[in-house]
Amino acid sequence: MSLNVRINGETRSVEAEADTPLLWVIRDELDLTGTKFGCGVASCGACTVMVDGVATRSCQTFVGDLDGSEVTTIEGVKGPVAEAVQKAWQDLDVVQCGYCQSGQIMSAISLLSEVPNPSDEDIDIYMGGNACRCATYQRIRAAIHQAAGQAEG
Amino acid sequence: MGIEASRRGFLLGSGAAALVIGFSTKGVLAAGDAKALDINPFVTIDADGSVAVVVKHFEMGQGTSTGLPTLVAEELDADWQQVRVVFAPSDASRYANLAFGGQGTGGSTAIPNSFMQYRQAGAAARDLMVRAAASLWGVEPAEVTVEQGQVKAGDRQAGFGELIGEAAKLTPVAEPQVKDPSRFRLIGKGHLPRKDSLGKTTGKAIFAMDVKVPGMVTAVIKRAPRFGGKLTSFDASGAEAIKGFLGAKALPNGAGVAVFAKSTWPAMQARDAVTAEWDFSAAEQRSSDQMMADHVALLDKPQHLARPGTDFAATGAAIDEAAKVVEAEFQFPFLAHAPMEPLNCVIQPTAKGVKVIDGCQFPGITHPTVAAILGLEMDQVEIETVYAGGSFGRRATPTSDYHAEAAMAFAVLGGETPVKLVWTREDDLAGGYYRPMAAHRARIGLDAEGKILGWDHRIAVKSIIKGTPFEAVLVHDGIDHISIEGVADTHYAIPGMSVGLNDAETAVPVLWWRSVGHTHNAYAMETLIDLAAEAAGKDPLDFRLDLLAGDDKDRSRLRGVLTLAAEKAGWGEPLPEGRGRGLAVHKSFNSYVAEVVEVSFADDLVKIEKVTCAVDCGLAVNPDVIKAQMEGGIGFGMGAVMRNEITLAEGEVEQFNFPDYEPLRIADIGAIEVHIVESAEAPTGVGEPGVPPSGPALANAIRAVTGKRVTQLPMMKSGIDFA
Repeated sequence: MSLNVRINGETRSVEAEADTPLLWVIRDELDLTGTKFGCGVASCGACTVMVDGVATRSCQTFVGDLDGSEVTTIEGVKGPVAEAVQKAWQDLDVVQCGYCQSGQIMSAISLLSEVPNPSDEDIDIYMGGNACRCATYQRIRAAIHQAAGQAEG
Repeated sequence: MGIEASRRGFLLGSGAAALVIGFSTKGVLAAGDAKALDINPFVTIDADGSVAVVVKHFEMGQGTSTGLPTLVAEELDADWQQVRVVFAPSDASRYANLAFGGQGTGGSTAIPNSFMQYRQAGAAARDLMVRAAASLWGVEPAEVTVEQGQVKAGDRQAGFGELIGEAAKLTPVAEPQVKDPSRFRLIGKGHLPRKDSLGKTTGKAIFAMDVKVPGMVTAVIKRAPRFGGKLTSFDASGAEAIKGFLGAKALPNGAGVAVFAKSTWPAMQARDAVTAEWDFSAAEQRSSDQMMADHVALLDKPQHLARPGTDFAATGAAIDEAAKVVEAEFQFPFLAHAPMEPLNCVIQPTAKGVKVIDGCQFPGITHPTVAAILGLEMDQVEIETVYAGGSFGRRATPTSDYHAEAAMAFAVLGGETPVKLVWTREDDLAGGYYRPMAAHRARIGLDAEGKILGWDHRIAVKSIIKGTPFEAVLVHDGIDHISIEGVADTHYAIPGMSVGLNDAETAVPVLWWRSVGHTHNAYAMETLIDLAAEAAGKDPLDFRLDLLAGDDKDRSRLRGVLTLAAEKAGWGEPLPEGRGRGLAVHKSFNSYVAEVVEVSFADDLVKIEKVTCAVDCGLAVNPDVIKAQMEGGIGFGMGAVMRNEITLAEGEVEQFNFPDYEPLRIADIGAIEVHIVESAEAPTGVGEPGVPPSGPALANAIRAVTGKRVTQLPMMKSGIDFA
């Protein structure tokens, strides 16, 4: 069936069943490959996108349930918080293999949008659903602190 | 081996034709119109002045796409900003790993084997730029300088791009002079930004999973639920109703059914709807508990004497006379690598054959494997390497397993349709090629003064190497060196040490897993040393330093990292109630790493508060990448010993997805501090050596704070709960 999806500020028409995970619509139909498939069961966070500004696991979100919601992927993030997060990630060279990092960055942006100056504990709780097999966690923590300072300052 | 001693011809392993200068833009030979100049197999300079470094080692996160360009940029005196990365094609005549012979990445060899080769490639390019400028400007080459990508003589100045036309008329030198290390301005100097950071923080970096070519279909494989099972029949009628399902075909080797669909989601759904029947007559049907019991039983009678001078009777007699005896038996489970990007690759038809697009770790194996399966000549197969979303060893199988599946799927579909083979996380965890399970048993005798009199150490583990193309190199006198590395060749001065090895048998495929045999051997050695120190009534640091006394270079470097880590961690300083420290040190892949772990223990829960690491990897090329590899190796190793295991029930894997194989999470680990030993020795590996000490250092810290010694992994199975 034909569905309209609001994504990164545009309305795109896609051919998909309503129960198709948003992840696969984003990747295979809309060709936005920055959002990753890691587990398919919402336990790794690699597929994290924003739905109406809130970090959401796209592998467990049916495209038919979006109902006009605004989806933002790593390709579409903008604004001072997103820029501060991406810059901090680059300054500190957080990435290793990088496959989880789109999801990490989406979660970090979502965290800083809710809690502008998070503690280590806030970070550990909020970022707990984003796995990184390269174990870049200490740099993720440091980058979120740096971004918090810059987005505020 | 010093840096200078490691110098060797940089075109070694490169075809002689590599010296011929050619233009990338074929047919455009007018010097002034050149768009790019291939100076050698590793360096191309574009007309816009950008320097493309052809990186022969794939990037799985370990930093090769930053490290190898650093070597070129250093010698070329390029500006870091003008350097870009191109992954090498599959061509062992130019891009072989000088440590292996074939083209591939592994064993923490990327920088060690490339160090002189890439520096010489950069130096040859610099020499060409200097001579081109001298020729254009009518000055002596000695008057020409190069600094941050600018070539100068007197008041003349040019970028590299302006010189390629003139440079094309010159012949590059075969043995270029590299810099004296005192003149390095990039190597070992602070933090050079990673070349892959931008793409990986904006979603633009392309992994094989992201590749889409026109007309491509997706294949997922329904595999036997037990290792060694063979397909007898299947029924795909249940999948017919799924929109996008294209068909299902048996793989020609009987290993499974390839299920094809227009895209990933319908392929996964269709596979769930396909049923299959299997012949399990040759399959592994034991439980992992039974397999472990079988491993342990092997320890009674060592099959191979694995350390020179091994004499179990004499060692046993010495231990029997000892004042104190330490005994321990260790059990290590199967471990999956579980890289974040599930395995996948794309295979597409080309005018002359096929192209494989993959985060390809071993082109030297994948290339002939795909050619053989498709009945093609080597020159009909090309491999395009893209970023790999982790590997930890998994992408480098001696069978090239997932590429072989892709080639078979491509073939059964007719060989004209591009196919992307996709594994799910469930496929990954149940798919084998694990760190082998292993059992160790040790008896150590000490005299009244705490001196070791005898050490009887036995290991039972399935050989990773036997039956692979690597057997000729890595198996000697029937002993797979990987099975015993880090024990039989320990650098501790241990009198009366006997080491036995048994090759365990199972149909479960096993593989190197980040740091390979050291993963279990270092755990056994370094927790045993702590138990021996305790029996001797000595401090674990002092006990180790005593066993590492003397001028021997390995021992002195091990002492160096031990004392540095201990000093930085405040070893010996009092800790508050409920805190404990543990340390471990290990040499692997020619690098030396010591780690001190500080844990807290409250409400029966252990928490890793801080890890202090010291590494001696010779000359540190990219200090920040080295730190990142230590941080990552520590987390990878600790997460595994804390709670990871692959278990089997009646031959079937019991873990399905991350909830059953929980990766280390951000809250699991506190700060990691890495200190790099200053060294002028030749650079050695960093991808793996951070892993081996991490498990035993954690175990020793847990022992210090809880009194429990953990010899059966994962730790959670031994009653250790983590905060």
